[in-house]
Amino acid sequence: MTLLSARGVSRIYRTFSLVGASRAKRVLEDVSLDIHAGETVALLGRSGCGKSTLARLLTGLERPDAGEILFGRRSLASLGKEEMRSFRQAVQMVFQDSIGAVDPRSTVAAIVSEPLRRLVGIDGEDCRRAVAGLLRRVGLDPAEADKLPAQMSGGQLQRVCIARALAPRPKLIILDEAVSNLDLNLQIQMLDLFQTLRRETGVAYLFVTHDLRLVERFCSRVIVMDDGRVREEAEISRPLELSSPAGRALRAAVLPAMPMRV
Amino acid sequence: MTSRCLEISGLTVRTMCDGRERELVSGVDLALEGGEVLALVGASGSGKSMTCAAALDVLPPGTWRAGGTVELDGQVRTAREVRGAYVATILQNPRSAFNPVRTMRSHAHETLRALGMGRSGRNARVEAAMIDAGLEDVPRILALHPFEMSGGMLQRMMVALALMSEAPFLFADEPTTDLDLIVQREILDLLERLKKTRGLGILLVTHDMGVVARLADRVAVMDAGRIVETGPVMDVFHRPAHPTTRRLVDAHLSLYPTLSPAEPAT
Repeated sequence: MTLLSARGVSRIYRTFSLVGASRAKRVLEDVSLDIHAGETVALLGRSGCGKSTLARLLTGLERPDAGEILFGRRSLASLGKEEMRSFRQAVQMVFQDSIGAVDPRSTVAAIVSEPLRRLVGIDGEDCRRAVAGLLRRVGLDPAEADKLPAQMSGGQLQRVCIARALAPRPKLIILDEAVSNLDLNLQIQMLDLFQTLRRETGVAYLFVTHDLRLVERFCSRVIVMDDGRVREEAEISRPLELSSPAGRALRAAVLPAMPMRV
Repeated sequence: MTSRCLEISGLTVRTMCDGRERELVSGVDLALEGGEVLALVGASGSGKSMTCAAALDVLPPGTWRAGGTVELDGQVRTAREVRGAYVATILQNPRSAFNPVRTMRSHAHETLRALGMGRSGRNARVEAAMIDAGLEDVPRILALHPFEMSGGMLQRMMVALALMSEAPFLFADEPTTDLDLIVQREILDLLERLKKTRGLGILLVTHDMGVVARLADRVAVMDAGRIVETGPVMDVFHRPAHPTTRRLVDAHLSLYPTLSPAEPAT
């Protein structure tokens, strides 16, 4: 079953200033992809290739200039208010910049419970229990619930954001470089958690990254982007074989496992 | 300025936490030679960045250096003497390290002013440093603002600013963490070249053992504010002695499923 698709989407960014509009920059060009229930797709590419823009289009945070995003068979642009709510419940996102992704004046409890209250409709004691469970799930102490974002480390705050994304029990989580800023042990711990959740609940992931090592470990299919276009789609094999020039360049830049010198 | 050895001894950092003093860095000893890369590794929060900041007296508010000395070629120096003149620094996330409303030229001139350099020979020094950092089109880049540049270009500019000081040592704190793999490789290649051609001594702070494997000559492993193991990079990867080191290496190798830890590639 197809959860979410992009059909020929393009996106153009323009900047405006006092002296007029700058030249339009086409950041996505005719991109199509499908994400099926329960699968883990990697969206791989260099900085500036358009992968975060595509993630923002897929979550409805931005609208495409051409083409459409389909939730099931319905275009996102045609969804009514109630349908949009069920879309938000089904598709969650974790951003790279955790500090920018939370209200600095909200406590951890308020941050994690927001989707529970707004999208799931639970409140009060049930909600508090659910928040404690979610924090435990991502390896945080439920006692952290009263803290403010500024009182946490970057790694802790990113796990708060992951807990928030898990809260409404989504069918798809878009992870936009969501573990890049964590140290390796935490990265692996989070990927293991995502894998456990997939087994338990059948949740799908779109894993946006430039780190091929994590793709091989975590994903079943990879989409390589470069310069606003999809350049390659491949099933994950070990070792991962990519044939497009963009994919091969990323492959070649993977750091060595062991020191080479004597 | 030729200095061959930077020695940090007994470096200790404390903070106040719930009315009690807490130690964040405890008696750290590190020795960095010219022309070598010493990697300082450990989990987030183990005290790596704090160690660098304490050595240069640029600790965040609420923390202080409670002990320790910095010696250059056997002579004790104050952090003020060392900072900028003997040790240049590049940081993670270069975008946040530049003033968004100033051009690269303005940043370069500020650096030279801070070093007490006059106007004569200024442009030649800037140009030489930028070319050495791999920024070829000097006049064009000097006119750019940070938002007009990619992360990789900004990190090269950071390296160029560090080189302008002609400091013999460089503290590189997670220099490639926010960059994509291809840019990361370019910056690591650049640091290696500078080590060889300029004899730069580099203290490389990182949590990525792949970066360590690529660049380091020696490795110091930190855990909870202490150095738990120091050794040549080959020993650390092949014969890790401390459990913390073993955990770091094992986690790293688990990302390379085609390579079992028992039979490493040579």
